[in-house]
Amino acid sequence: MIRKILTILSFFTIISVSALHADQKKIGFIYIGPPGDHGWTYMHDQGRIYMENALGDSISTTYIENVPENADAVRAIRKLAASGHDLIFTTSFNYMDQTLEVAEEFPDVKFEHATGFKRMDNVSTYSARFYEGRTIIGHIAGKMTKTNTIGYIVSFPIPEVIRGINAFYLAAAKVNPDVKIKIIWNYSWYDPGKEADAANTLINQGADIIVQHTDSYAPCQAAEKAGVLAFGQASNQEAFCPNAHMTSIEDIWGPYYAAKAQAVVDGTWGSEDTWQGFKDGMVEMSPYNTKLLPLDLILEAKNMETAIENGTLHSFEGPIYNQAGELVVKEGEVADDGMLAGMMFYVQGIDGEVPQ
Amino acid sequence: MNIDLVIGILNIVLISTTPLVLAGIGELVTEKSGVLNLGLEGLMLVGAVTGFITLVLTGNYFYSLFFSIISGVILSGIFAFLVLNLMTNQIATGLALTIFGIGLSAMLGKKFSGTPIEGLNPYYFIVISFLLVLMVSYFLSKTKSGLIVRAVGENHNSAYALGYNVIKTRYMTIIFGGVMSSLAGFYISICYAPMWQEGMTAGRGWIALALVVFATWKPWRLLVGAYIFGGVAIMQMNLQAIGVKLPGQFFNMMPYLATILVLVFISSNKLRLKLSAPASLNIPFEKNQ
Repeated sequence: MIRKILTILSFFTIISVSALHADQKKIGFIYIGPPGDHGWTYMHDQGRIYMENALGDSISTTYIENVPENADAVRAIRKLAASGHDLIFTTSFNYMDQTLEVAEEFPDVKFEHATGFKRMDNVSTYSARFYEGRTIIGHIAGKMTKTNTIGYIVSFPIPEVIRGINAFYLAAAKVNPDVKIKIIWNYSWYDPGKEADAANTLINQGADIIVQHTDSYAPCQAAEKAGVLAFGQASNQEAFCPNAHMTSIEDIWGPYYAAKAQAVVDGTWGSEDTWQGFKDGMVEMSPYNTKLLPLDLILEAKNMETAIENGTLHSFEGPIYNQAGELVVKEGEVADDGMLAGMMFYVQGIDGEVPQ
Repeated sequence: MNIDLVIGILNIVLISTTPLVLAGIGELVTEKSGVLNLGLEGLMLVGAVTGFITLVLTGNYFYSLFFSIISGVILSGIFAFLVLNLMTNQIATGLALTIFGIGLSAMLGKKFSGTPIEGLNPYYFIVISFLLVLMVSYFLSKTKSGLIVRAVGENHNSAYALGYNVIKTRYMTIIFGGVMSSLAGFYISICYAPMWQEGMTAGRGWIALALVVFATWKPWRLLVGAYIFGGVAIMQMNLQAIGVKLPGQFFNMMPYLATILVLVFISSNKLRLKLSAPASLNIPFEKNQ
């Protein structure tokens, strides 16, 4: 008898709880690292918090952190999809096929895959034009290096990373034709110890500026300790290396996340591809370090930001040659988005080969 | 190749290999007494976060080191109680310890992640790591207590029949292993990459475990093995930076691959296997047999 009453009571509780939140949309996030990395995942989490504040009670959010880019990701994404989430952001490139796999099983759930290029009716892709920021830091690095050697720590050979290297090198070589970049592939997004090792190795080989495309602030710290300069990654990292940090390229996801969540709430969400940069505020530069950079260089950098926003300057302006010496972008033209999205070659002047 | 470059490379190798030596030598002693502790990664993370939080709160490196070690004593003490007194499965308990440590450290460190700290000079610990290998080697081969540890690890029933306290010995070795792991964690968050970020040990606990097998439970081989693993990792970075094309993924899996090869090699010969691995490893000890 008591059990029966309890069953009935619990049934009503469930109904009332779900009735209370009937209109609330559940939004999930898959993170590659921990939100405390003060880099890539941190900025996505900041975007999530921005979205929560902007939309208030009409949404609730969940995230799963440290999800590896392998079959485990399917499990994590499916878990969110199966637990009634309406919109799921998968925030790393190599979640691409896993996102599509789950999206096929759950046609009513909307998916947003960061930095990818495969879409479906219920899968959008979005990315930021980080390479615009790489052009700015390339320009600064080209002018600031004394040894003409720049150390560049990277994660995986994917188009986004290679595009960044090329944009950086083109801008650096434009102001300093003698500049050389030394590249170390770490094959991990996040391993503070290994990132520090890579930074120290590059400094040991004569690099006086450290650039990174990995997620922790260990490289900037290593630069600080060795007395060389560095650029932060994804978020403002000045607090960790005040005497090395010149600026960072910041990813600003909040407004985009809020807009997409609103679209789901309003029922207007549709599959699309979004790729925004300085102009739409998805990429920003951290405050330039006035202690380290000369004032006229800061001014130049700011003018470049404006020029990129206006469209008068592009990170990939022709003529651009690949390593084999073939002309890939003609004089007077700029690389189109298709070429940028699939960029898997180094431009002329960069030593070494793109790992396969 | 100039001398500064070589010294620089050696320097980086020393700094990056020390946590493997510290955690590895602790696990070696634990395994020598017949207990397999797979919780190194968790112990390291908790040691790292405890040291970091204490340093942020007190600004004192000694307190920081002290509490980091205490965290190792407590966690490995719990592990010891579970596997020795309650006789739980060592593998399952060790894995649980790792998973618990990852979660606990993330929870404890949440508020402190991203607090800038002043790092400690790594050279103290590099020296300590060499001394510890020397001491452990001497302890296991030349002292009576060391021989008791080995006897317990080889055949706990015989050791017990001879009047040695198997449980007490294993408590000591497990706690020693725990302290060494937390020291490795402290080194990572305070000296190597002075910061706290979740999961920052990035699998070094597993490499240390692999290292013990790779070294076939011999302290000096462990030191050599650690420096082979560390040296290869840093050399491939140097070669990459010079522009030599290398399969980076291959180097990432090298420690595990080498360990598997050693396992295949020693298990191909029964006698060699007998000489190397502690015979009672991973076998629970029951007093009333």
